[in-house]
Amino acid sequence: MTTTAVQYETIIGLEVHAQLLTRSKMFCPCAASYVDSSPNTHVCPTCLGMPGVLPVINKRAVEMTIMTGLALNSEVPERAKFDRKNYPYPDLMKGYQISEFDQPLCTGGWLEIELDGQRRRLGITRVHLEEDTAKLIHVKSPTGETYSLIDVNRSGVPLMEVVGEPDMHSPDEARAYLVKLRQILRYLDVCAGNMEEGNFRCDANVSLRPMGASELGSKVEVKNMNSFRSVYRALNHEVERQREILDNGGRIPQETRGWVDDQGVTVSQRSKEYANDYRYFPEPDLPPIVVDREWLEKIRAKMPELPGTKRARFLSEYGLSEYDVSLLIETPAKADYFEAAVALAPEAKRQKRAKAAANWINGELAGLLNAHNIVVSEAKITPKGLSQLIDLQEDGTISGKTAKDVFQEMFETGRDPEQIVEGAGLVQITASDEIAAAVERVLENNAKAADDYRGGKEEAIKFLVGQVMRETRGRANPEMVNQMLKGKLSDNP
Amino acid sequence: MPLTPEEVRHNARLARVGLSDDEVARFQSQLSLILDYFQRLQEVDTENVPPTAHTLAMHNVMRDDEPHPSIDKEEVLANAPQREGDHFRVRAILE
Ligand SMILES: [Zn+2]
Repeated sequence: MTTTAVQYETIIGLEVHAQLLTRSKMFCPCAASYVDSSPNTHVCPTCLGMPGVLPVINKRAVEMTIMTGLALNSEVPERAKFDRKNYPYPDLMKGYQISEFDQPLCTGGWLEIELDGQRRRLGITRVHLEEDTAKLIHVKSPTGETYSLIDVNRSGVPLMEVVGEPDMHSPDEARAYLVKLRQILRYLDVCAGNMEEGNFRCDANVSLRPMGASELGSKVEVKNMNSFRSVYRALNHEVERQREILDNGGRIPQETRGWVDDQGVTVSQRSKEYANDYRYFPEPDLPPIVVDREWLEKIRAKMPELPGTKRARFLSEYGLSEYDVSLLIETPAKADYFEAAVALAPEAKRQKRAKAAANWINGELAGLLNAHNIVVSEAKITPKGLSQLIDLQEDGTISGKTAKDVFQEMFETGRDPEQIVEGAGLVQITASDEIAAAVERVLENNAKAADDYRGGKEEAIKFLVGQVMRETRGRANPEMVNQMLKGKLSDNP
Repeated sequence: MPLTPEEVRHNARLARVGLSDDEVARFQSQLSLILDYFQRLQEVDTENVPPTAHTLAMHNVMRDDEPHPSIDKEEVLANAPQREGDHFRVRAILE
């Protein structure tokens, strides 16, 4: 880190490419999912770019894009059209990509992020639709020969581009934007949102300018970031790199740089041969799209509850903390899981149940899911199982400590909590004579702590409760133990 | 307005067409004539005419999102200039 005399303002804009979760490709009916397919098996003359074929627009992809625009507060103009973006690169089978140039499906918009307790609106420039390219595999043979292999399966998969305004001033803001955008796309069920798998990609434009300057600095485009973590690291690195150059009186050339993850640096990717000369022109094979307002309203009506609305509803309906709610609504699956568990409680107990369910889901469950690297929809423990477990704890059948052990087993086996509790003899001891016997033993063996308590050191009771819990292997109700100890200690001085 | 030999070479490169010096000279004059012809269109006053992207009065030609079987892999690869396993093989594109 260098100490700088000049203060700089960082300006970051993100371009996100999201593969849409359609069943078929953008302009042909080949299957769109290719992850588990062998190379060149989801290919037809259209996505292979053969002469004379006619592309036909996938209506679902258009609707998904419009839905995204609505969720991002964009305008949806009445007319949109596709254009050809020409560039010679072997991953483009036709020699051009069908994209949208000057009449995209959605224009403008914003999303809201929360960072350090502050809410900010970050601008969206546009949302448009295009097609993905084929996958290139670069090979270097043992003899040193280099060449590329092409798998056309990915060619023509619907790709939605969300262009953000250069509105962000730190890598933290950029990360928050990316997280929020992914959350919205996942809520809409239009994109899987997995950067590592390449179905959610991000390029960044980064520039620095002296604080207060109105002119933008030279823009550097950063590519090849394949995880949220690498986006964050790459942006931090790039900001520092530019700062250092400017501090030393240098100039930042406008260029594209690639992030090299294992070295933690960006490197220049200048290439004269593929200089941008896209020569856009209207795609003659595809008539324009007219989004009449009736269709637009139909699409709007199909939209699910979005994170912002869900958040407000969870806060008011369940009386939970902001923190709990933000964790619960992270994915729609988690929010649904929570609501399913709460709905099983009688209406009068819902608020209390919501707090208990939130604690389990954000605590134990989150920890176990993380440790097993799975998501909530893959968990063996069901909302119903969780609800039953909370019942058992609330009616005093099991102690809190036991409940955690039972939860662990439910997570591993998916078994019913009642079966687990009965099978393992974990039922909480409520018979007072059994607890009384344990209390007697503990008081006998810990005379000093007992005296301390009698002498006014109230803290000592905690130690004694702990000892009784140990004696009963966690099966006693701590509240009952507490009362019984206090009774004993005041009875016999 | 004649094109320069450089502009001809640039366009040839974008189109992935290799040209000899003779061909550059020949296309320089031919392409220039075509451009001159288009220059005549510039004389038309289009001040208040919206651009026409399509000449047919059609819109919303779309299909439902139904996948259909693709063609056989052997057919896909039949025209590959070079093949390796089930992939197309091309010249290295990373410098
Ligand atoms: Zn196809």
